[in-house]
Amino acid sequence: MVTATAMDGQQVQDAGIDLDWLTRKIEYRNFQECIHCGLCTASCPTYVETGNENDSPRGRIYLMRAVTDGRLGMGPHVRRHLELCLDCRACESACPSGVRYGTLIEPFKIALQKDAPAGAKASLLQRMILHHLFPYAGRVKTALAPARLFQKLGLLDLAEKSGMTRLLPPTLRRMMAMLPRLSGARPRLPEVLPPIGPKRARVALFLGCVADAMYPETNAATARVLQQNGCEVMVPRSQVCCGAIHYHSGVEQPAIALARRNMTAFDPDRLDAIIVNAAGCGAMLKEYPHMLPAAEHDQAARFVAKVKDISEFLVALGPVAPEHPVPLKVAYHDACHLCHAQQIRSQPRQLLAMIPGLELVPLEESELCCGAAGTYNLTQPEMSERLGRRKMDHIEATGASVVAAGNVGCILQIARKIKERRSTIEVVHPVDLLDRAYQGKQA
Amino acid sequence: MSATAAVSATTPLASRLLAELTAIVGAGNVLHQRDELLVYECDGYVVNKKVPDVVVFPTCTEHVVELVKLCNRHDVPYVPRGAGTSLSGGTLAVGGGVMICLTRMKRILEINTRDRYAIVEPGVVNVWLTRALAGTGFHYAPDPSSQTACTIGGNTATNSGGPHTLKYGVTVNHVKGVELVLPDASVVTIGGITDDPPGYDLTGLVVGSEGTFGVVTKVIVDLTRDPEAGRTLLAVFDTVEAATETVSGIIAAGIVPAALEMLDNLMIQAVEQAFGFGFPTAAGAILIIEVDGIDAGLDREAQLISEIVQSRGGRVQKSITWRTRKEPEYVAIWKSRKSAFGAVGRLSPTFCTQDGVVPRTLLPHIMRFIEGVARRYDIRIANVFHAGDGNIHPILLFDERDGEQVQRVLHASREILEECIRVGGSVTGEHGIGVEKMALMPRLFAPEDLAAMIAIRNALNPEGRCSPSKLLPSGGHCIERKSPGRRASA
Repeated sequence: MVTATAMDGQQVQDAGIDLDWLTRKIEYRNFQECIHCGLCTASCPTYVETGNENDSPRGRIYLMRAVTDGRLGMGPHVRRHLELCLDCRACESACPSGVRYGTLIEPFKIALQKDAPAGAKASLLQRMILHHLFPYAGRVKTALAPARLFQKLGLLDLAEKSGMTRLLPPTLRRMMAMLPRLSGARPRLPEVLPPIGPKRARVALFLGCVADAMYPETNAATARVLQQNGCEVMVPRSQVCCGAIHYHSGVEQPAIALARRNMTAFDPDRLDAIIVNAAGCGAMLKEYPHMLPAAEHDQAARFVAKVKDISEFLVALGPVAPEHPVPLKVAYHDACHLCHAQQIRSQPRQLLAMIPGLELVPLEESELCCGAAGTYNLTQPEMSERLGRRKMDHIEATGASVVAAGNVGCILQIARKIKERRSTIEVVHPVDLLDRAYQGKQA
Repeated sequence: MSATAAVSATTPLASRLLAELTAIVGAGNVLHQRDELLVYECDGYVVNKKVPDVVVFPTCTEHVVELVKLCNRHDVPYVPRGAGTSLSGGTLAVGGGVMICLTRMKRILEINTRDRYAIVEPGVVNVWLTRALAGTGFHYAPDPSSQTACTIGGNTATNSGGPHTLKYGVTVNHVKGVELVLPDASVVTIGGITDDPPGYDLTGLVVGSEGTFGVVTKVIVDLTRDPEAGRTLLAVFDTVEAATETVSGIIAAGIVPAALEMLDNLMIQAVEQAFGFGFPTAAGAILIIEVDGIDAGLDREAQLISEIVQSRGGRVQKSITWRTRKEPEYVAIWKSRKSAFGAVGRLSPTFCTQDGVVPRTLLPHIMRFIEGVARRYDIRIANVFHAGDGNIHPILLFDERDGEQVQRVLHASREILEECIRVGGSVTGEHGIGVEKMALMPRLFAPEDLAAMIAIRNALNPEGRCSPSKLLPSGGHCIERKSPGRRASA
């Protein structure tokens, strides 16, 4: 129980959240770094949509600090404004003062989840999916098997058209709507793939859980592109989910357990790089030192030093020029966890620009979140929908036939909008296009 | 002024007012719970705070009209607010009351490149207009450093400047007209899409009035043709004095740079730490000098500038040749400059930015003066400013936990601003008076001048309900400053 002076002189009797834990997790100086200039506000997707200071980064920092200071209790309003945060980090890119917003909102999200009132807690179904399905690519694949069969038989379309899917719980219904056209089950990648041509590097491929189940082709393409660039590619069998889905929805312990398993699965001393093709996973892997206890920081730092997004790695290595033209007009969407969390903007564009015949066209608000944001589209469907619509409007305005994004979450979200609008636009990972340019195959 | 009938959450008046407000704009456009109002207690100026009693988000002019009528009926003060990036407390709800937040009036209503104007709602963020104009060959010229966040409504209220105002002028030079809801709730359109209408220049009166003449609901702005090309030079000097003398030298040579910005050593260090652009961290000062226009003449102009720089003992370290303002190196150097204030957070947890103006030729004098002040009061002062306009921004670094140091900063700030006044300058170049500098107005203006301004204000805003206690001091309403602020942007 925390007692402090409320804004109008009353006492905040109940902080409404575990303040003791929060004050251990958050250095108070991190709040003070915010000088309240407001330059972050218009970079924030939720603020741009609602125009409400409470939904802006500056406002959220103000709210979190007020709760920490005991000026406000964690009531339903404050909770709603904090939960509406996408954790996209656009504000960190905009902040001149170097506020590490993530170090504030993430502990708060964890604390909010722990202290959630019954109605606001993740549903049993959401928790099942989060804890027992997503971390295991194999289980996701198994879970998707009936969907794949139904899709093949056309039954899924029929169910959607006839409105039968409305009988499903809302969470499942939204997940159904997001299902891409699943390719046939493909054999898993071998543990070692040889380089093509002289060996230039020895790398390991991080597969991800959702990505590997939904778009196994992109992982295969990533491996091929690496081979083309003279890399020996290891695919460690003992790797697991990066933990991002848990961590960002406020469940810390399982995320830490997953981090430890991955740090064992990949031996940084024997690798030149650990390659990730999903921005969300890459950002999470790079944040392991922040998440783990101090005693493990050294080990985590050694691991993180090797984690590279595929585009970051290839551009640094010096990519082999692809031969085959891919004559397409392509718009590139900046995944938040690439451009804001990892500050990777030019490399994917550089790779796309190398492809003969490919025309890269600018996309308005390319750095504004598409609304996918991990499980956000399941937990905050309304805002997710608004941002998805906004993104799709911009994509359609480019006149591009293909939109490329370096993150599975964005790809799923944009694919859903494409499906809804019956658009002919194709959404792919930049690596898919690069692979086509190396292989000379059309999609 | 009678604008003091603050609304307390529990009075019958409050609940009736709330019901009527909700009837006008809808429940989704009203905030009235304590915990949602708190973030509206201050803007970019955090020294004085006041939580408004209610925040409303009108979505059209008609809403604003009805809101103003309602406030008049209940004798409740109201204050318009955009993005809340004001550095002088321009949007502080001094008397409590209703905050009219214009962030949901954010449509660009018309863009006409043939007649070179655009009509926007006040909540449109400055940079959104320039983005919407991409590819048309035009842009909106006023570019305050906070342009990625601040609104055109707020720019209009404060007559915002920015680095490129040296050549292109400030907001008032680019606003052709406004739609304004007057304090009596009537709607007037002042100015229009054509230039120089006959009669009083009322547009000029409204721009910079800091919300004291009513609520602007539409702004007609002028569009400026993009320059064909430009050169942006980074000149390095051993001393601030050499840099400021170069500024006068360039202007005296008949060159009108598009921008002319100075950063001193402390500022260079902060900015370099934040953005890693490649500024020389050992230099005494740098100038960012930009010329733009027809490509053919630019190299000669850049050469001339380079010679002036050298004649003052400096050197041009870098010259960026650009065709559009989107080229990565151009974007990087301006991001560093425009975010400079925020970057100061890396030097010191607390700081206070001043905004003064001196005649340009006196820049060397005022910089020497500031150096002296820093020595006498034993305070670190960083400097970054629009040198071409003589608009200085000394930033006083301090530790807010040290009360004695805080007092020294207050005295030092006052001395600097008083010196600005003494040499014929002003106490604000672009941040506005707001609540922060009201107490300095009597030093800047004779009683007769102030009386004339108050007479104009009273003619339009006789009850003082609209933006009370802003801009002009009026008996008993001055807020006394007890501590310096920590501010960013400019």
